Amino acid sequence: MATTTPPQDQSRRGTGERAPGRLGNVIFKGISTTSGVMILVTLAAVAIFLLYRAWPALVANAEEFADVSFIEGNLWEWVAPLLFGTVLAAVIALVVAMPLSIGIALFISHYAPRRLAQLLGYIIDLLAAIPSVIFGLWGFQWLRPLVEPLFAWLSSNLGFIPLFADYTSPARNITTGGLVLAIMIVPIITATIREVFLQTPRLHEEASLALGSTRWEMIRQAVLPFGRSGIISAAMLGLGRALGETMAILIVLSPGYAINFFLLQAGQHNTIAANIALHFPESSGIAVDALIASGLILFAVTFGVNMLARWIINRRAEFSGAN
Amino acid sequence: MSKRIDVSDLNVYYGDFLAVEGVNMTIEARSVTALIGPSGCGKSTFLRTLNRMHEVIPGAYVKGKAVMDGKDLYAPHVDPVEVRRQIGMVFQRPNPFPTMSIADNVLAGVKLNNRRISRSDAADMVERSLTGANLWNEVKDRLDKPGSSLSGGQQQRLCIARAIAVQPEVLLMDEPCSALDPISTLAIEDLIHELKNDYTIVIVTHNMQQAARVSDRTGFFNIEGTGKPGHLIEMDDTTTMFSSPSQKATEDYISGRFG
Amino acid sequence: MSVAAPPVPTRTYRRLPAWAPYAVLVASLAVTAGVLTALNGFTIASMFFVSAIVYAVAITATSTAVEGRRWATDRLATTLVTFAFLLAVIPLISLLWIVIGDGVERFGPTFLTTDMVGIFGSMVEGGVAHAIVGTVYVTGIAGLISVPLGIFTAIYLVEYGRGPIKRGITLLVDVMTGIPSIVAGLFAYTMFLVIFGPAYKAALIGGIALAVLMTPYVIRSVEEMLKLVPNELREASYALGVPKWLTIVKVVLRTAVAGITSGIMIATARVIGETAPLLVTVGTIQAMNWNPFDGRIETLPVYVFRQYAQGGPAADRAWAAALTLLLIVMLLNLIGRLVSKFFSPKGGR
Repeated sequence: MATTTPPQDQSRRGTGERAPGRLGNVIFKGISTTSGVMILVTLAAVAIFLLYRAWPALVANAEEFADVSFIEGNLWEWVAPLLFGTVLAAVIALVVAMPLSIGIALFISHYAPRRLAQLLGYIIDLLAAIPSVIFGLWGFQWLRPLVEPLFAWLSSNLGFIPLFADYTSPARNITTGGLVLAIMIVPIITATIREVFLQTPRLHEEASLALGSTRWEMIRQAVLPFGRSGIISAAMLGLGRALGETMAILIVLSPGYAINFFLLQAGQHNTIAANIALHFPESSGIAVDALIASGLILFAVTFGVNMLARWIINRRAEFSGAN
Repeated sequence: MSKRIDVSDLNVYYGDFLAVEGVNMTIEARSVTALIGPSGCGKSTFLRTLNRMHEVIPGAYVKGKAVMDGKDLYAPHVDPVEVRRQIGMVFQRPNPFPTMSIADNVLAGVKLNNRRISRSDAADMVERSLTGANLWNEVKDRLDKPGSSLSGGQQQRLCIARAIAVQPEVLLMDEPCSALDPISTLAIEDLIHELKNDYTIVIVTHNMQQAARVSDRTGFFNIEGTGKPGHLIEMDDTTTMFSSPSQKATEDYISGRFG
Repeated sequence: MSVAAPPVPTRTYRRLPAWAPYAVLVASLAVTAGVLTALNGFTIASMFFVSAIVYAVAITATSTAVEGRRWATDRLATTLVTFAFLLAVIPLISLLWIVIGDGVERFGPTFLTTDMVGIFGSMVEGGVAHAIVGTVYVTGIAGLISVPLGIFTAIYLVEYGRGPIKRGITLLVDVMTGIPSIVAGLFAYTMFLVIFGPAYKAALIGGIALAVLMTPYVIRSVEEMLKLVPNELREASYALGVPKWLTIVKVVLRTAVAGITSGIMIATARVIGETAPLLVTVGTIQAMNWNPFDGRIETLPVYVFRQYAQGGPAADRAWAAALTLLLIVMLLNLIGRLVSKFFSPKGGR
């Protein structure tokens, strides 16, 4: 603690003789801006490096894949069923997760006692924190035996509908995988919807209640219309997450390369991400390129879905009267 | 150590929007100058141009001159940071730094600028500034408590202590009492009376009684309508302004006929 | 006052008493238990689901009979919304239950301090020491990259950026949050493959992959925290003649530091359990590897997956490792929340 110039010293006061912090400002702003631009660079690098390594596989014909045990035909014939399986699993997850998430969000925002609401929010957030590999183990060990009787019942009673035809135990099928994914995307969807529901103008809600509405009528009249685009974009975010999930599907699903809607049959479908994780460690040469190419396609699909979700959110932000 | 400020033909813009137009004003040293006028007339905007605080808002800029004792505040080589060290400011709502103790809040101008100060100098500065802000006796036993533990009026006096600790030439006050109760307001007004012995003070206020009580000179700002720029209508000694203003608009405003 | 006032048309609602839903619930449980036992189909799961359906039907029917359709719909909605929440809590509880239940068997100090060298077949020994070290390395590298990058990007977005560039970066951060984890792994893999050739394997590659995933989380939470710092504090600092960069460092970051710390811990918890990107980048190994810049390395999530896939006594190790991982994740979350709760500045407002 050396005693240097106390601040009242007039000699430090002249204009221009010292530009206080000007250099620091320039450096600091430079670092911050560079970091911002790094995000752009990173995303571009992801696309470029993947494309660079995927290119040989993208232009290869069927013969070049002859040595690769898990690829039949050319790249597109191989990726198509995987893409189908990816979308199918994600859609199943979404169909299950959406009503559940809307219900949870409503429960936290409009039904639960206010003091409890934050705690309940934390509990749902805890689900988001659990690693996907543990969800996979849980899906295989706990959920699979639980749903097997249900699937058996569906198949024997509604088996005439192709969707439910020919179930055989164990339930390592796309539906079980989709259910695990559903639980995994519930927190992210719920969080987004909850935010939107909490933004519902209080005046709208009170106006509705003042007219003698029941709580549910108030929600139908004020909360749900206000939150519609928020619900849609939350669904897109959840979809994006479900498309890219790897471990749960890898552990639960018995893989196959078919394009069909036999939801209860094992060995029919697989997803791009799980397929990469399954084959990548043992692959080399053109097989690696093909797997990276499928990863690039997955990247493109999730990128598109996420962009769409953000576009909907941003459009809503411009038109909503919430601000 | 106080100085006078001469403002000539000052225009303030927010992007393309002209907010305040053609202000000519002389702010005397060691006096209290009050700026009054209806909401949105540009008096706070104008006040902020005196220490270049308006530059914090993106797109805001100034044309014209503001000269403090011969030094143009807007000359090209002048750093706004340097200007703000000489012209301190107190805001509408008390804003002590929540992470700092009372003493550290007073020393903020030194510590935030990474300047070193010996322990005894620091203690001197804290006592001198808090005494100057009429707060020393109330807080001398709890200098290490957080600044946010004080009442609103005390917090505002702490902010004044923080501003005078760096020994500025001029002190700008932007409606310093509007968030305070009458007792705290009285304390601040008493303080302003004492501070004008050492500082040039410019205060923006909505409260005409306050302007009449504390100021030596008063400037009246007005605006013709939304979207139009604000103007300085009239400026004179406070007693003259409140007894026989020369402009009709001033008289209407002061007598409560509008605004 | 000669004319008698016409009768005021008031409607009186007949409402169910407050205890009615509970009575219906108990009745539903009893009926379901009876029927299921009679049919020999009694399990906890079937009990729960069937009685939930019975209750929903019963309360709606009762309410329709007594209160009318509007209130019945309201009761049904309340029931469904509450069930939705309970249905989401079941996975959480069952997951914690089986991970703890199956994990404690092998979990213990020995498990945490041994590696897998010389463990094969049906041997029940072995542990996760090498995997913990690997996870710490990989996550640490990710943090070293993404924490400064994330904080400075957030500073750019809140304090400097404006116009289309700011909007563009905000959008890309959002999109980056949605990158599939395996794609991040493939990116790190190809980048090192192209630059260093196929022979190079190291924790560093996995760290880069996780950094890609972690950075957007850090940006998001730091951005939120910086936005919470009131502008008045920035102005107070500027008015004291403090330059902008010192204002950001000493006022804005200082005020938000608890929230930022908490955000970083939660972001770390998010990526520490990532498996897929590590599966394709750092691989797996039996022994301890103390060098994060050379050689394969084991990580906890990959260990869980590999051991579980082996089955037998290895599956018990997988559960114990899953418990270890879960404890770390929960601890990070808990400490993160506590930090923000107890160390945030308590402003007067």
